[in-house]
Amino acid sequence: MYSEKVMEHFKNPRNMGEIPDADGIGTVGNPVCGDLMTIYIKVKDNRLEDIKFKTFGCGAAIATSSRTTELAKGKTLEEAMKITRANVADSLGGLPPIKMHCSNLAADALHAAIEDYYKKQKEAKK
Amino acid sequence: MDHTAGKPIDPRVIKAMLPYMKSFYGNPASLHSFGQEPRKALEEARAKIAELINAEKKESIIFTSGATESNNMAIKGIAYRNRDRGTHLIASSIEHMSVINPCKFLKTRGFEVAFLPVDKYGSVNLESLEKELTEKTVLVSIMYANGEIGTIQLIKEISQIVHRKSAYLHVDGTAANGQVPIDVKKEGIDLLTLSSNDVYGPKGIGALYIKEGTRIEPLIHGGGQERGLRSGTENLHSIVGFGKVAELAKIGMQTESEQLIRLRDRLIKGLLDSIPYSFLNGHPTKRLPDNVAVRFSFIEGESMLLSLDMKGVAASSGSACTTKTLEPSHVLLATGLKHEEAHGSLLFTLGKQNTKEEVDYVISIMPDIVKRLRAISPLTPKDLKE
Repeated sequence: MYSEKVMEHFKNPRNMGEIPDADGIGTVGNPVCGDLMTIYIKVKDNRLEDIKFKTFGCGAAIATSSRTTELAKGKTLEEAMKITRANVADSLGGLPPIKMHCSNLAADALHAAIEDYYKKQKEAKK
Repeated sequence: MDHTAGKPIDPRVIKAMLPYMKSFYGNPASLHSFGQEPRKALEEARAKIAELINAEKKESIIFTSGATESNNMAIKGIAYRNRDRGTHLIASSIEHMSVINPCKFLKTRGFEVAFLPVDKYGSVNLESLEKELTEKTVLVSIMYANGEIGTIQLIKEISQIVHRKSAYLHVDGTAANGQVPIDVKKEGIDLLTLSSNDVYGPKGIGALYIKEGTRIEPLIHGGGQERGLRSGTENLHSIVGFGKVAELAKIGMQTESEQLIRLRDRLIKGLLDSIPYSFLNGHPTKRLPDNVAVRFSFIEGESMLLSLDMKGVAASSGSACTTKTLEPSHVLLATGLKHEEAHGSLLFTLGKQNTKEEVDYVISIMPDIVKRLRAISPLTPKDLKE
């Protein structure tokens, strides 16, 4: 049902964990739906210096979270904002159709984390 | 350990079926000699199934294509034939979809249906049954046992309540048959759904027991086979296989079930003792011998299934992510579990090939699987983290 790449990320998730002093945090999903993910980012010179995730959900949810952090790490914030759910799924060799909208949420969590970082920056300037 | 999804056919059953694919190709309806042996085999199989459930006579058994058709026939057949008596039906909220969906269909055709609540163990609430029953109720459909949580219902008590209002009682015996003895006479069952593939028989064959004198309409009209209640040339080799299954179940059920119960209780205890925040789904004692339904907080079922599969263990889950719909199982939700609790459910269904060593293997690998997934989950409480 899943591609080898999805299974490989499920078995060995990259960047799993939390960043206690994160510059931005993004959470999407809902435990009621069966998928919940949080992405933590550390920003330095407009780049994602560090990124970590925590995910409650199925194999696809865990694999897409892992892959999203991998794609985003080291990128500028602008580049990271351009990462889409479709990029994540394609780079994993595709996902079963039912998983495309329910479990492939990590790109949204990444964007939410960056938005959170911008918001915090604005507040700090005030 | 996913025997509910599929069981191997018993080799003794295959052996009994083969002659009816190779040599006895005649039609049981034919008068000439080619039809004689098939006709005899058909009636022998019918008698074996009748004997297994203690039916008054073999003619009460009608062969169908499986449990789904039997459930459809019982519900729609009774509803349509008894419309003059009433248009009210009752079913439990944890029935199989092949009961729930015919009921929902009838709702669109002018019938009223009440779905009964269950308690946290999945037992049907008898008081609400009494409350819902009216003079207009023609049929009550309650499963003997639920395959997803293992809970066995109090069929005899339910029957007494149903019959006081002169309604018919249909029982879906699919999950229970072959594991616990079902006695239609003692337990007061008017219609009983049976399948063959859930008892190590071939797929595509089932039966509906219909008590003598029950008013029912056929679903399939045609050449008048099965007393006019289910037309179509009989699926003879499968019927012979089903008959053999019934014969073997009659002899072996008690020993096999005792063995399953030992494995079941070992697995339940092993998992619940070694994993914190783990719980049993369904009833602790009124429970199918093969059923180990458990749940683990803070993690999701499909990721557990994948992890088990990587270690060579097949199981099942009540989680949305393994099915075509996004909702978790209606059965788990009916027992009062929250969505996030239902998502963490795991179902092992044991079979007669499973061994103590296999059970111990699952007990040995499960704690690390849960621990790993909990480390990834944002829901895991701090005190559980290492």
